[in-house]
Amino acid sequence: MSDPHAITREIDRSHMQVSDEVAIQISSMNKWYGQFHVLRDINMTVNRGERIVICGPSGSGKSTLIRCINRLEEHQSGHIIVDGTELTSDLKNIDKVRSEVGMVFQHFNLFPHLTILENCTLAPIWVRKTPRKEAEETAMHYLSKVKIPEQAHKYPGQLSGGQQQRVAIARSLCMKPRIMLFDEPTSALDPEMIKEVLDTMIELAEEGMTMLCVTHEMGFAQAVANRVIFMDQGQIVEQNEPKEFFNNPKSDRTKLFLSQILGH
Amino acid sequence: MTQATFVRKEMLAPQEPPVSERGAIKWARENLFSSPLNSLLTVVGIVVVFMLIKSALPWLLHGVWNASSLPECREIIEARYGEGATGACWAMVRERWHQYLYGFYPQELFWRPTLAFALMFVALAPVLYLGNRTVNTIMAGIVTVLTTLALVGVAMAFPQTIAGADAGFGALLVAVVLLAALTAVAWLAPRKLLIFTLLYPAIGFYLLWGGSIWGPIGTLAGFAILVFVYSLTKGQLGVVVATGAGVVAASVWWLAIQSHVTGALHSIVPIGTTHVDSDEFGGFLLAFVIGVTAIAASLPMGILLALGRRSDMPLIKALSVGFIEFIRGVPLITMLFTASLLLQYFLPPRTNFDLILRVIILVTFFSAAYIAEVIRGGLAALPRGQYEAADALGLDYWQAQRLIIMPQALKISIPGIVSSFIGLFKDTTLVALVGLHDPLQGVTKVVRAAIEWKGIYWEPYIFVGLIFFACCFSMSRYSMYLERKLKRDHR
Repeated sequence: MSDPHAITREIDRSHMQVSDEVAIQISSMNKWYGQFHVLRDINMTVNRGERIVICGPSGSGKSTLIRCINRLEEHQSGHIIVDGTELTSDLKNIDKVRSEVGMVFQHFNLFPHLTILENCTLAPIWVRKTPRKEAEETAMHYLSKVKIPEQAHKYPGQLSGGQQQRVAIARSLCMKPRIMLFDEPTSALDPEMIKEVLDTMIELAEEGMTMLCVTHEMGFAQAVANRVIFMDQGQIVEQNEPKEFFNNPKSDRTKLFLSQILGH
Repeated sequence: MTQATFVRKEMLAPQEPPVSERGAIKWARENLFSSPLNSLLTVVGIVVVFMLIKSALPWLLHGVWNASSLPECREIIEARYGEGATGACWAMVRERWHQYLYGFYPQELFWRPTLAFALMFVALAPVLYLGNRTVNTIMAGIVTVLTTLALVGVAMAFPQTIAGADAGFGALLVAVVLLAALTAVAWLAPRKLLIFTLLYPAIGFYLLWGGSIWGPIGTLAGFAILVFVYSLTKGQLGVVVATGAGVVAASVWWLAIQSHVTGALHSIVPIGTTHVDSDEFGGFLLAFVIGVTAIAASLPMGILLALGRRSDMPLIKALSVGFIEFIRGVPLITMLFTASLLLQYFLPPRTNFDLILRVIILVTFFSAAYIAEVIRGGLAALPRGQYEAADALGLDYWQAQRLIIMPQALKISIPGIVSSFIGLFKDTTLVALVGLHDPLQGVTKVVRAAIEWKGIYWEPYIFVGLIFFACCFSMSRYSMYLERKLKRDHR
């Protein structure tokens, strides 16, 4: 199997423990875009500390699924319970869930009119009501963690794609979330920059963060994930632990997909 | 024979470009004579400019500043430059400048609009140059010096005012001390200057119209009621409904209660200055009162309308769309006639709404509808990801709008917003149609009706046009400065 971004470093698994506590519970959830049935009967439980990679062909609904978890998309039937809070149209619940769930986007979505530091302190100051000084200290802590503290006073437009994505991760972490969602975090990056972002994500996994990650980085899935979910046509086709999933896929659709992304 | 391999032994030093690629010759070749057609156009252009200057320059150079009437002007010009010579009669400006600036405002009170105008710049400084203490202080300082000079000049031009009971030396002293104090505030406590900015509408109103001091205080009390009701009900009702409740409560106060309370207070404690009626306003005083108020009020209103138009709530969306489309579909002149004739019918009986105030309200509505559409363009230009990122971080709607969306949308919309403002400022001259003395039509008509200036044609329009140009050009330059300052993509 060839993978351009195979993870070669040693992974510290001492903190990667999956607890029995349920973090996210999705039961018989359905979603439509107009007439189009994008998510069909999704059932899924994520325990605290799990690192889940969701993959599948484009249009399979994997991004829509994780965007439902923080209600960027609305589901029409079924239940989504995040950290004990059910997502309904109640705005208070939605804001509560959103401040506990961090999200990293494909196109970073940093705020271009604010400096890196301001990007990171904005939500803690306005949502968590953290004093500015404390928020700035936290922000600098996470910026050092993603290895760009020296860029704190620049604007996003002055940074490279990989740096911007690491800032986006730091920005989410500043809210001290209990769950992190990654929506194709490396798909918009040059090959050289993918590694720096993956490294940051691996470090996060090593600290025991609950992570749901839509990605095609199979090296990352093998090294870090404890479960891989394969989706097609809006449904979960197969899920398994990474070793089994890659070496011994059960469904024909999964086999075809794996042969297409790993075969060359 | 071709060679596949090549190795350079020495690097070449850079050389100067040939003469035709340098300096003025290159510039002329590229810009003036790049093709036969362009060469021809250049020659034609030079000829046209020459003809224009040839016909206009003598007229401008022969200008006369000292005369008491148009015939006298003509005599002086013919005596100086020979039979049939033409020239500008700027003496009209010298004689009647005060009407162009103040209309029929009482001469002994000219210091009041002058001071209000000066204070406007001090109030604007912290808004236009946010957080720039040095610029704010320099601006306030320059305003102080210029206003002192202007007030002394006005006092010398109308010597009778110094003896006047209401004005004179005391007013000059008050004005200078006040401005100096504000300059000091700008330097020592820059944030406090914003309090003055918030109070300025009441101060400016009182300086311009005068009368009982309880009037503006009562109006300010209405805003206090608005804020009070809002903060009282915000917890239970949410931001939108609470704001509505505040506006309703304040409107009840303004329309039904205020006049009784302020009347009673005035009869107990009669403090006040000479009241000046709206009929006496005119010239650039009127243009600035209408223009500046409408500009300041239409921006927030336009923002709310733009947000309303993009709202998910059907009622708010329908109201915003209806308002914008109706106002944009009706000519401004119709709205001005509505202001002068019809609006009175819709208001509760015995509310005596000032004509200028009515015009300001409708001009504000008119401008707000355009601003709303300009801002909507800015909102539409923002990538969806910005909204999603703000949502994903847990910011609520108003936080997201204020901190993420509006700063970017407004920045994109600056050129459009400022164009609207410039258009609005020039449109203030249309108030001539409802009988107000705007500088272009109203005052010029009055001046030309005087027997000594009968027949004067170009001079008033050139004078008024130059002042309008100066105002609009500075707005345009400010907007370019702002765009440069807010530029964040260093790519």
